[in-house]
Amino acid sequence: MKTILDKRQLHLTILRLAHQLLENHLQLDEVVFIGLQPRGVQISKRIVDNVRNLCKGENVQYGILDITFYRDDVRKELHIANTTDIPFSIEGKVVILIDDVLYTGRTIRAALDALQDFGRPKKIELCVLVDRRFNRELPIQPDYCGKSIDTSYSQKVKVEWEKEEVVLY
Amino acid sequence: MQLSTKHLLGIKDLSAEDISLILATASQFKEVLQRPVKKVPSLRDITIVNLFYENSTRTRISFELAEKRLSADSINFSASASSVSKGETLLDTVNNILSMKVDMVVMRHSASGAPHFLAKHIPAAIVNAGDGINEHPTQALLDAFSIQEKIGSLEGKKVLLIGDIMHSRVALSNIYLLKKMGAEVMVAGPPTLIPTYIKEALQVKVEYNLKKALQWCDVANVLRIQLERQNQVLFSSLREYNLAYGVSKKLLDGLQKEIVIMHPGPINRGVEIDSDVADSSQSIILQQVENGVAVRMAVLYLLAGKKAE
Repeated sequence: MKTILDKRQLHLTILRLAHQLLENHLQLDEVVFIGLQPRGVQISKRIVDNVRNLCKGENVQYGILDITFYRDDVRKELHIANTTDIPFSIEGKVVILIDDVLYTGRTIRAALDALQDFGRPKKIELCVLVDRRFNRELPIQPDYCGKSIDTSYSQKVKVEWEKEEVVLY
Repeated sequence: MQLSTKHLLGIKDLSAEDISLILATASQFKEVLQRPVKKVPSLRDITIVNLFYENSTRTRISFELAEKRLSADSINFSASASSVSKGETLLDTVNNILSMKVDMVVMRHSASGAPHFLAKHIPAAIVNAGDGINEHPTQALLDAFSIQEKIGSLEGKKVLLIGDIMHSRVALSNIYLLKKMGAEVMVAGPPTLIPTYIKEALQVKVEYNLKKALQWCDVANVLRIQLERQNQVLFSSLREYNLAYGVSKKLLDGLQKEIVIMHPGPINRGVEIDSDVADSSQSIILQQVENGVAVRMAVLYLLAGKKAE
């Protein structure tokens, strides 16, 4: 087991991602943040909390999306759905999609499909805490990335929110 | 987590965990139905045949819509417009349909046990959409979902089933489900329409006085008099039935509390329920219909995912 980000690094990385997002989007009323179920919920909450802190008084729209019904492997394995809660329209907005680990890219592919059913966003950007850059199975890349790492398929990356660290094992 | 059964033949075969899983999945699908595009690609490569050997409006449309919302391919079959009238047996009909690569069968049949018979002989997953006087599992599931949505958990709630308990598959499925989920169940109606053994066999309360029964319950599910299944006279007239067991506004106003009114449809207005009750704010009859699509999506989704094993 190897620690990729310890507690202090994790805090700094999340803060940096929030800054980068703000740097690129000065008008927050055109932007919506969407965290992916299940593991993108924690990280997206933290990032959005940081964004809210950095620009107090502005309305930051935040929702969560579950992609279970858009998976490409229904016949292989049954997945149980989580809650989706997007209490606003994404029509014409810039959507910042947030997840913890970008691995094969299949979850993001499903998320892009799912988002279409909520309207036609002006643009979709992807923000991830960890990018396992050599394991992609689809042509999908992050726009914002906390940390890029090289891993093999046999390894696992996990964000431990209790201990507040990211580990590889 | 997944369902413990390969088919949905009846609530009798389900565990409390199965029921909770279906209801939880249904609430996710209910959210899907509020989206601008009310459709998900989950069952894109699944083909479903709707076999209706008995008339239906709500259940049939609800299943069809659920299948379309899940992107499944569906085929509709009604016995009256098919080779059944030429003498083809149920098993032959289904095997012929399955040879065209169909994955699931949704079936309504007037014979109790027809889907159970099919399940023994064919490999496809079967969903019972009502079999004779036995069970109507998806109706009980959508009733439970609607109760939960209106007044919270089923645990400890008092649910009353009124009317033709003897011939109602909705009643039997509801009793199984409510008992498994920890609700208290009472049945009320004329003695001729309530099976004598029901109290011991299914552990439900029996009451012949409608007013007392209504005073006891939190939710009253009013059932239709199944005239088509009664082959002897069980009460003197519909008018008399209405006077003794019809749920009226006056009766409800006389209670010390406001109860939730349900009906599985089709309603015989002025027989088991009066119009002003069916259309009142206490009634969740149309919410039941709306929830039916989400619940059936959940059932089809969970069974289709199960199939691959």
